[in-house]
Amino acid sequence: MNKWIKVACDAALLLALALAPYYLSSYHLSLLGRFLALAILSLGISITWGRAGILSLGQGVFWGLGAYVLAMHLKLAALAPGDMPDFMMWSGLDHLPAWWNIFRNPFVALAGVILVPTITAGAMAWLVFNRRVSGVYFALLTQALALVFSTLLISEQAYTGGFNGLTDFNTILGHEIIDPGFQRAIYWITLVALAVAFVFCRWVLNTGFGKVLIAIRDGESRVRFLGYSPAAYKTLAFALAGALAGVSGSLYILHAGVISPAMVGVVPSIEMVIAVAVGGRSSLTGVVLGTLLVNFGKDAISSAIPELWQFVMGALFILIVTALPKGLVSLPNLVLRFKALVFKPSAPHALEGPNV
Amino acid sequence: MGHFAIVAGQIFNGFSVGSILLLIALGLALSFGLMNVINMAHGEMLMVGGYLSYLACKIVHGPMSLLFAFLFAFVGSALLGALLEVTIIRWLYGRPLDTLLATWGVSLILQQGARSLFGPIGVEVVAPAWLDGAVSFNHGFLAGLSMPYVRIFIIVVTVVVLGLLTLFIARTRWGLYLRAVHQDREMAQALGVNTKLVDLLVFSVGTGVAGLAGAALALIAPVTPTVGQNYIVYAFLVVIVGGLGSLFGTTLAALFVGLISSAVQMFTSVSLADVFLLVLVIVFIQFRPRGIIFARSRNMKEA
Repeated sequence: MNKWIKVACDAALLLALALAPYYLSSYHLSLLGRFLALAILSLGISITWGRAGILSLGQGVFWGLGAYVLAMHLKLAALAPGDMPDFMMWSGLDHLPAWWNIFRNPFVALAGVILVPTITAGAMAWLVFNRRVSGVYFALLTQALALVFSTLLISEQAYTGGFNGLTDFNTILGHEIIDPGFQRAIYWITLVALAVAFVFCRWVLNTGFGKVLIAIRDGESRVRFLGYSPAAYKTLAFALAGALAGVSGSLYILHAGVISPAMVGVVPSIEMVIAVAVGGRSSLTGVVLGTLLVNFGKDAISSAIPELWQFVMGALFILIVTALPKGLVSLPNLVLRFKALVFKPSAPHALEGPNV
Repeated sequence: MGHFAIVAGQIFNGFSVGSILLLIALGLALSFGLMNVINMAHGEMLMVGGYLSYLACKIVHGPMSLLFAFLFAFVGSALLGALLEVTIIRWLYGRPLDTLLATWGVSLILQQGARSLFGPIGVEVVAPAWLDGAVSFNHGFLAGLSMPYVRIFIIVVTVVVLGLLTLFIARTRWGLYLRAVHQDREMAQALGVNTKLVDLLVFSVGTGVAGLAGAALALIAPVTPTVGQNYIVYAFLVVIVGGLGSLFGTTLAALFVGLISSAVQMFTSVSLADVFLLVLVIVFIQFRPRGIIFARSRNMKEA
């Protein structure tokens, strides 16, 4: 019975999201599209942080790699063969670098959106985890990576567009990006991508692989003694999160129309983690809802009172982490437990769910 | 300017940057080693120290104002650190990643608070007259090298702080407690050491020293709401390279990071030097995953 109610809820939610282009203004549709794209990244954080206990403060890097790869393709698609983007000419380059040119091909760009962040994330994770460095050290190293990535993007202006980043995208695969009909199509593509990613992540977590990740989180040494290689599992999980981040970044810029270093540095990377923490780090549904909630909240607060947002975000972070580490999705369960405690003191733990 | 002078100048810069990093990283390394807590708001303690020394210099004038400013910055940041420990960090022991996130929230609030109080543009602390000038070499193979008194003063302050901390840990009763808790928390507790008080003491001394670093930094650069962010990531790299809870390791690591980044900057840009530094740290942990100096232990604790 309960299961069917849950399925009906999911279906209703999905239907409401699918019909959004018909009842939302184009501004709010664009926001919703961006945040659904971000939710794909949050699924990755849920796998690494929620399940395997790996906190990354540098997801913005992998997100940014996916976004920049697609942005490079979009910049080139708007140009005649042999031309260069305007910022390169201003910076005094005399020809297009080869590593830019390969992304002119849409299939190479699409592969790059997934492969570049996946390989970067995998390499970083293997180099660190293989030496049994983890936990706080890994978080700090990924934060350093985010800092390095954003300063590098700003300083290498001739190749990256510098502080302004890449913008003015016109066409993709022959379609006008700003055309309202195509914007609607991009929204549906984002929604489908999120749904596919969600189902895929749920499947992954139900396999043996997912179980080993939880075991690693709860007792890495024991897993090692049982003959598993925690480093390999963690690397694979982190590379998967990197791939999801790359897809998320590339879909995001189709809605936002711009990618810049300010969107990929230390602070945005941590904001991605906040959204996941607020929703509930180990619940896939929770992280999607958390991402939508936090980002719409941020938009509402920072357009009304800009100074307030940092206070709210800081307080939210402290409150959630100290008082509600399992996020907002654990609230109903807590309420039920509280009720059970008050009304049936004999069975206080009767309604406690499985500890995942 | 000869080659020797340029190299010597960069080495001097490296020591200067390294000494500020060391002042920041000491508190981080001590509280991480002892309590397994990473304080992301540590950079904001630096900022608070800078603003406190600015305020102190507004109140007290004359040649001794600087001394007062340093004292004020130390005590103020230490008290703030103590408040942070009692209200938030104490409740998150055993959850290192969560302390990291909660203290990040604190850092956001402190940054925005500073922005609302002092404005987004930095404030300046004017160094007293006796710190004007520099040691300059006009002859010999170091001709052209110039070492500002302010930077020499900061290095001296760092050496004094390091000396006092070493004495405190090696020679006092509370230093003994600290070492005991570091080696084996439960055993120390069983023998009657008040570990909560030791944690509070170490944490506030660490944040106080960071405040001192802020006061020192205010002498050479304006204090802005985000000044802590510019240094904190490097301070974390120092902690990773230095290993846990060892003053000696942290000192070596801070000098290593300071010297490397100023040496690489001779050949490339600042941002490429950052890339190089991160790559070097990742290569370094391939050989010494637990830092330069670490305590051998059979403990299977997974931190």
